[in-house]
Amino acid sequence: MTPRFLAGENEWFEAGRRMAAGEATFVSLWGDEGRMRVALREGDGALAVVDLPTDRGAFPSMAALHVPAGRLERAACDLYGFVSLGAPDGRRWLDHGRWPLRHPLGDRAARAGEPDSYAFLEARGPGLHQIPVGPVHAGVIEPGHFRFHAGGEAVVRLEERLGYTHKGVDALMRGATVARGAVLAGRVSGDSTVAYAVAFARAVEAALGLDPPPRAHLLRGVMAELERLANHFGDIGAICNDAAFALMLAHCGVLRERTLRAASAAFGHRLMMDRVVPGGVAVDLAPGGEAALRALLAEARTTFPKLVALYDNTASLQDRTVGTGVLKAEWARQFGAGGPVGRASGRDFDARRDWAYPPYDGLAFKVATHRDGDVNARVWVRVAEVGESLDLIEAMLARLAPGPIRADLPAPAAACEAFAFAEAFRGDVFAAVRLADDGMIARCHLRDASWLQWPLLEAAIEGNIVADFPLCNKSFNGSYSGCDL
Amino acid sequence: MIVDLVFQLLQMTLVIMVAPLLTGVVRATKARLNRRRGPPVLQPYLDLVRLARKEAIIADSASWLFRITPYIVFASTWVATALIPTFATGLLFSWSADLIAIIALLGAGRFFLALAGLDVGTSFGGLGSSRESLFGALAEPAMIVIVFTLALVAGSTQLSTVAAFMTSSAVGLRVSLAMALVALIIVALAENGRIPVDNPSTHLELTMVHEAMILEYSGRHLAVIELAAMLKLALYISLIICVFIPWGLAIADASVADRLFGAFVFLAKLLAGGVALGVFETSIAKMRVFRVPDFVGAALMLGFLGALLLFVSRTLK
Repeated sequence: MTPRFLAGENEWFEAGRRMAAGEATFVSLWGDEGRMRVALREGDGALAVVDLPTDRGAFPSMAALHVPAGRLERAACDLYGFVSLGAPDGRRWLDHGRWPLRHPLGDRAARAGEPDSYAFLEARGPGLHQIPVGPVHAGVIEPGHFRFHAGGEAVVRLEERLGYTHKGVDALMRGATVARGAVLAGRVSGDSTVAYAVAFARAVEAALGLDPPPRAHLLRGVMAELERLANHFGDIGAICNDAAFALMLAHCGVLRERTLRAASAAFGHRLMMDRVVPGGVAVDLAPGGEAALRALLAEARTTFPKLVALYDNTASLQDRTVGTGVLKAEWARQFGAGGPVGRASGRDFDARRDWAYPPYDGLAFKVATHRDGDVNARVWVRVAEVGESLDLIEAMLARLAPGPIRADLPAPAAACEAFAFAEAFRGDVFAAVRLADDGMIARCHLRDASWLQWPLLEAAIEGNIVADFPLCNKSFNGSYSGCDL
Repeated sequence: MIVDLVFQLLQMTLVIMVAPLLTGVVRATKARLNRRRGPPVLQPYLDLVRLARKEAIIADSASWLFRITPYIVFASTWVATALIPTFATGLLFSWSADLIAIIALLGAGRFFLALAGLDVGTSFGGLGSSRESLFGALAEPAMIVIVFTLALVAGSTQLSTVAAFMTSSAVGLRVSLAMALVALIIVALAENGRIPVDNPSTHLELTMVHEAMILEYSGRHLAVIELAAMLKLALYISLIICVFIPWGLAIADASVADRLFGAFVFLAKLLAGGVALGVFETSIAKMRVFRVPDFVGAALMLGFLGALLLFVSRTLK
C-alpha cells in the first residue's frame, strides 16, 4: 500500500477539515523528528499521510479541528516536547510527571520533583459526587484510573486517565534492529501480540520491498485467527461474568484454554509470541499441529453454539446487556472506531477486508455488524466473528501448501518508510515504520485500536448507572498497555 | 433448667460452628457447577483463622464507630440466630423474644454496618451504604408482612409456637403460606447479598453492595464481619427450614435423644439448603441495581397478598 504523501500547513488544515466533515477517517497522529504526522483513510479507501514541520517546536493542534486526534496529540507532545497551539486540552497524557526525564524522544531534559497534579474535568450540580476508581483495581486487570461524577447511581461524566503502563516502546524502538523491533512490537499489548507482529512485519516488508512466501502469509493468518478466537472466547465469558453469570466464564474459559493449547501444539507458544517476524514466520506448523487445530475447530463447533444458546436464553443476562452502554453509530463513525466496538455500532469496517492484506485478500468471509451499539450488540458481533474465524482457519489450513516460510530481509538501499495495518481482536493496529539507511529503525509508531475506543467508552457510559460500568468496560475491552506504549 | 441452658448453649455453638461450613458448601457447589474443583468446603474456617491472625489496618479517618461495628454486627446476628429454633423448639432464649425482635436485631446490625461504610469517607463505602439502605428499606417491611402472615396462620409471632404449629396436622395447605415462602426466599437472597441482588464473590468495586461497605475492613475486624455474614446466611436458611420444613424438629420437652436427632436432621437440611442456593445462584445473572427494588418489592406484595387472603378467607367462613 503506497500512501499519498502530503505536506504543509494547508494540507494539515484541509485534512482536519475533511475528517471533521466525515469525508475521511482519522487513522493516527504521531510525532517524528521535527514534524507532526497524521494518517487518514480517504473516502476512496486510500491512505494519506500529511506531514507538518513544527515551527520552533509548535504546531497547530489537530484536536482543535478533529476531536478524536486529541489523546494521540497529547501523547506526541509528551514524547517530543512539541506544543500544540489552540489544543482544546493542554493537559499531559502519558507523562504523569513521574518519569526521570521529560520528552523522551525530544530533548530528554532531566526532571525531578513532585509528580503533576491532574485537573479532572468538572461536573457541577446538586447532589453530584465523585467516585475515583483505580488505577489499582480489586481484580487482576491492567491499571487505569476512572473518575466518575455521579448523581446517585446515574453517571453524569466519566473521565479516564491512562498511562500507568508506559514502557517507553517508542524510545526503545529508536535505533533498534528490525529483529529487536519485532520483539518489541509483539509486547506492546501482549494479548494482541500476533496482530502487532504482523502489522510491524508488514510495514518493514513494505519498506524493504519484500514479499514473504505464501505459506508464511497463511500461517500468519492462522495465528491471527487463533489469537482472535482465544480473546473473543475470553471476552464473551468475561462480559457475562461481570453480570455475575459465572457459568459462561467457566465454559468460555475452557474453550479459550483449548485454543491456547492448540496454539502451543501448533506453534510452540500459547500466545504465539515472536512467531511472526519480518520476512515471514519464525516457526513452521509443528508435526501434529494441524491435527490439534482441527480438533480445536471440531470442539468449538460443537460446544460454542450451546454457549451462544445459553446466552440467548438466559433472560436475566439479556436484561443486563440489552440497552446498556449504547454507543451511537454517529460517534463510532466520527472516531473511526474499529473492531467489535465500531462494528456493533454499525461501522462496517474490518482491516482484513478493507485494507485487504494477505492472506485475507484471497479469502471470503463476512464482516459482522450490528445496529444497536449496546453491550448485547458487542457480544453478538464477537459471537459472529468466532464463527468466521473458525471458517477462516479451516480455509487457510486447506490452502496450506509446502514451501518456504521465511525470506531473508535485504539491506535497505537508502532510508525508507512504510505503513501497514493488521486486524487485532480489538480492531485495526496501524504501524508506521521508518528505517534509516543502515537498516536500523529510525521511528516506529504503533497505534492500537483502543486509542479511538477509550474516549467512546466515556460517551457510551453517560446516563447509565455506576454499577453497569464494569459491564460496558468489559464489552469495550480497551487495551491499557497498547495505549500507554 | 440446667439442661435447657445446656441445649441453648449447644444451639448457639452449633450455628456458629456450622455457619462457615454452610458458606463453604455454597461455594463448593458453585465451583463444581462451574467446572472448577474449587477450595475445600472447610476453607472458610481457614480464611477466618487467617484473617484473625492478620493485622487490622484502620483508616486514619475512621472513628470509634468503625472499630466497634464489627462486634455489634456480630453480636446482634448471633443473638438473632440464638432465637431461631434450629433443631428444637422451646429452647431457653426462645421465649424471650419473637420474630419481630429478630428482624429488629438484624436491622440494628445493618444500621451500624451502613454507618461504618460511610464513616471512613471513601466513595465505595458510601455507594455500598446507599444501596444497602435502598434494599433494606424494602426488605425489612417485606419481612414484617411475612411475619404477619405467619402470625395470622399460627396465632403467634413466637417462632417456637409457629414451628410447633407447622409440624402439627392443623396447618394444611394454604396459599398464603406459599406466598410467604416465596417472599421469605426473596428477602433472604436480598438480605444476604446473594445473586441476583449482590454478588458475594465479585471483584468489581462499582457493583458491590455488602462488600463495598466492608471494603475498608481488614484483619480481625473483617474476620468478625465475615463470620457475622456467614451466620446471617445460616440464620435465614434455618428460618425457612423451621417455618416451612420443620419436620424432624424436636418439640419442647422432647427427650435428649430426640433433640440430638433433631440436630442431625437440621444439619442435613441446612446443607441441602446451601446446595440449593449454589444451584440457584449459578443459574441466574445479577440484576441491575434499580431492578432490585422491584424484586424485593415483589416480596413485599406477596407478603401483603398472603396476609390479605387470610383475612378474606376468614370472613368467608
